[in-house]
Order: sequence, then structure tokens, then C-alpha cells
Amino acid sequence: MKGRTIGRHFRDSLKSISRNGWMTFASVSAVTVTLLLVGVFVMIMMNLNKVADDLERDVEIKVIVDLTADEASITKLEEEIKKVSGVAEVVYSPKEDELNKLMLDFGDDLRLFEQQNPLHNVFYAKAVNPQETAAVAEKINKLDNTFEVKYGEGKIEKLFSFLNTSRNVGIVLILALLFTAMFLISNTIRITIVARRRDIEIMKLVGATNWFIRIPFILEGMWLGILGAILPITLVTVLYYNIHKVLEPKLAQGNLFELLDFSPFIYQVNGLILLMGVLIGIWGSFMSVRKFLRV
Amino acid sequence: MIEMINVYKKYPNGIVAANGIDVEIKQGEFVYVVGPSGAGKSTFIKMMYREERPTTGDILINGVNLATLKANKVPYLRRQIGVVFQDFKLLPRLNVYENVAFALEVIEESPKVIRKRVMEVLELVGLKHKARMFPTELSGGEQQRVSIARSIVNTPKLVIADEPTGNLDPETSWEIMNIFEEINARGTTIIMATHNREIVNTMRHRVIAVEGGLITRDEYGGEYGYEG
Ligand SMILES: Nc1ncnc2c1ncn2[C@@H]1O[C@H](COP(=O)(O)OP(=O)(O)O)[C@@H](O)[C@H]1O
Ligand SMILES: [Mg+2]
Repeated sequence: MKGRTIGRHFRDSLKSISRNGWMTFASVSAVTVTLLLVGVFVMIMMNLNKVADDLERDVEIKVIVDLTADEASITKLEEEIKKVSGVAEVVYSPKEDELNKLMLDFGDDLRLFEQQNPLHNVFYAKAVNPQETAAVAEKINKLDNTFEVKYGEGKIEKLFSFLNTSRNVGIVLILALLFTAMFLISNTIRITIVARRRDIEIMKLVGATNWFIRIPFILEGMWLGILGAILPITLVTVLYYNIHKVLEPKLAQGNLFELLDFSPFIYQVNGLILLMGVLIGIWGSFMSVRKFLRV
Repeated sequence: MIEMINVYKKYPNGIVAANGIDVEIKQGEFVYVVGPSGAGKSTFIKMMYREERPTTGDILINGVNLATLKANKVPYLRRQIGVVFQDFKLLPRLNVYENVAFALEVIEESPKVIRKRVMEVLELVGLKHKARMFPTELSGGEQQRVSIARSIVNTPKLVIADEPTGNLDPETSWEIMNIFEEINARGTTIIMATHNREIVNTMRHRVIAVEGGLITRDEYGGEYGYEG
């Protein structure tokens, strides 16, 4: 395809965007709503994932050793824990260390226990895959000389199941919206095609190829997608900038988890929004052009 | 140049519009296709530029079989054939020049060639001075001249016309026929479906009479031969 032909197609597609005022407005609005939701959804999901990652890194399995276990069986237990599949690392913390930790939290009043330490020796283990923490803990619990095995106590499972549920709900919602937007775009394009039926008929008679006929309509769909992406990109950027500015100092204090940095995250989200806009635009027009172009 | 071999066409609704047509047309001929309404004239013509595909049989144009021609090759076939209709098929928002140039633009001819060719054909049909006017500002005869100009602007070897004078008054029809004669005189094959007895009987050429999807008569320099 030659340069001036491409120029001609661009002009044609832009002309018809402005000519179909209301349909353009309707489909651009649909794309806007869809992409805005996509943007907000991706923003939330990516950050929740980040939070989950941050929290996961702190998930430990606490293996409390039987009081009756002697030096030899403690060493043996350590070896056994290391051998359990899915265990990443094991750290031994004798009961003296445990008491010191307690004293850090509750003060020196506990010093009197130094003579008669009631605490257990403890192993801290981490799972290779944090999502498997529960299963790994279960296996460790079966070993000899373990008094009790503790981990996140269901909080982790809840977080993961929340993440999965909201991801699924979001995806279904977005798919429904994507189809609505594509439907509206393909209707808009159809109106253009009907309006240019005679052009198409004559184009075919004088030997224009199908691609030559198709391209202006596909470009038009692409414009609709791009126009629909403008508002979502702006809003998502402003929104994330402000959320980040307000929340980040507070989260930094809490030291538990952080939001994703403004850049490059926001560029990735915006890139995705634009890409999806272009894709639904092109796909929507493709669907209606296909029907009209059968020779 | 054109050869139809046992061409049979049945439309999806069951109507048989071509019922075993055998015909050969040589380069440079001028052929009238006559016959009553519904005889199958338009179908005959449509099959020659692959608007319709024969149900069975072969249609060869310069050795290319239209019956088996792939859809994506059809545009290249059409670039070698000019087509003219009763209703002109002009684009109302384009002026005369642009309407003719359109045929070359969509096949991506260079602007230089387009300008030269469009002016040449407008000269031939006598509309050079109205190049900037729009179709609605022209008479029916003038509009048909624009559409003829468009059909020959990419120098096809074959021009097909389906009742090109059907919407025109007698005097204008003669003018249009003179243009076709001129085009034919330059070596272009012309196949024209027509109802115009006067013309057929005066400008004598080969006459192919079609009835019920069959060729009932094929005569060089023949008469129109139907009543009314
Ligand atoms: N696209 C079509 N679908 C179904 N029947 C058609 C179609 N085109 C033409 N016909 C039928 O085929 C017959 C021949 O039509 P046509 O070739 O247009 O004849 P003519 O041009 O001589 O009047 C007619 O009976 C007409 O109704
Ligand atoms: Mg007809």
C-alpha cells in the first residue's frame, strides 16, 4: 500500500468519525466506561498482588519443639524439617532467644523467668511457595518431637481466596463490558458502511481489493478505541498519583507492605488501556466489515 | 477473447437464468444482447465481470476461467473490464473529475497518470469543460458520459454495458451510442444489453438474442427482432 493511499484512508476514517456524531459518541462512551473499569481493576489487582507478595514474605511456620526433646532429637528434627518437600529455609531459635524476644516486647519484668524458662525451643520455617504454607505446616506437624505447628492462622488463605474471587468477578465484568463496547463500535462502523455502500459497490466494480475497502473502516474503529482511551488514561493517572501520595507515607510507617511505585506501573497500566482500546476498536469494525464485504 | 462454454446459472431461489449458453466473442467486437425482460440478459452480463458465478460451465476471458477464479483475484479481473449501468452509479459528493479519478485512485495509480488519463477520457466524452461540476448539476446523458469515462479510464480491453440508454431520451441515447462507437473504433470490445430497437436496427452490430436463459439467435448485423 502506497503512502498517499494511507493518507487518504486516514482522512476518510477521520471524516466519518466526525460525520457519525452520535454513534461515535455512544461507542466512545462505551469504550471509555469499559477501559476505565479495566484501568481501575488492573490498578487494584496489581496492588493487591503486591500486598499479598509483601505479606507472604513474612509468613512463617512456627514449629514448637516438645519440652522433652533432647539435643540429639532437636538436631534430628531440624534435619527432618529441612527434608520436608516445599521447605525453603529453617532457622533454629532456642528458648533463651524466644524469651529475649518476649522481653523486648513486654519489658524486663520477664527477667525472673531466666532461671526457670517455661518457653519451648522453636524452629522457624518458610515454604518455597507461600501459597503452600498450610500443606507444608501439616507435613511438619507429623514429625516426631513437635509440640505444635503454627502459621498465619487462616489469614493467608483468606487473603488468597479474596484475591482470587475479586479477580474472577473483575474479569467477568470486564469481559461483559468489552463485548458491549465492541458491539457498539461494530454498529457505528456499520452505519458508516451503509452510508458508503455506493462507494463500496463502485470500488469493487473498478477493481479495489478488499483490503483497500476495509482499511478506512478498521482505522475508524481504531480511532473510536483511541478516543475512548483518553479519559480513562487521564483519570487513572490522576487517581493513582493521588492515592500514592496520600497512602505511601502511612504505609511506609506500617512497614508491612507498600504500593507499587508510580512509575513504571502507571505507564504499564496506561499502555494496556490504550492497547485494549485499539484492539476492541479494530475487532469491532472487523466484525461488521466482514459481513458487508462478501464478494 | 471471451468464451462461454455450456454455462448454466441457477439462482438460490430456483430460477434458471442461464440454461446452457455457448458463445464466443472476439476482441474488438460490438455485441448487442437483446431479449424480453427477465430473459437473462443481466445475468449473462454479470457473469462476465464475476458479479455472479455460473452454477456450472466455464467462462474464459483471455484464458482466465471466471468460474473457478478465486475471490481475491476478482479485483484484478475487474481492472481489465469497464462496466456501465442504466443508473450511472456516480458518487454524488464527488465532482465529475473526482468520480472518474476514483477508478484509478482505488487501484493506486500515480497522481500524474490519473490527471493525464482523466483529462483524456473527459475530452473523449466531451465533458472536459464540466470537470468541476457535481453529478446533480448534470443532465442524465451527461451523467452517463461521466460513467462511461470512468469505465474506460484504465484502458480496459472490454466494456460491458447493461441498458446504458435505458434512462435516457432518444436524442441523448444517440449521443451515448456515438461514444460507444468511438470506443469500439479504438479496438475495445463492447457487450451491451439493450431494449432499444431503433439503435440496434440502425447501428448494425452482432446481435445475441436471449430468451429463457438460452441464446435463440446470434447474427452479425442482425435486427432487434422483437415486437414493442
Ligand atoms: N439475484 C437474483 N436472485 C434470484 N433471481 C434472480 C436474480 N437476478 C435475476 N434473477 C432472475 O433471473 C431471471 C433473469 O433475470 P435477468 O438476468 O435480470 O434478466 P434481464 O436482465 O434480461 O431482465 C429473472 O427471472 C430474474 O427474476
Ligand atoms: Mg436486466
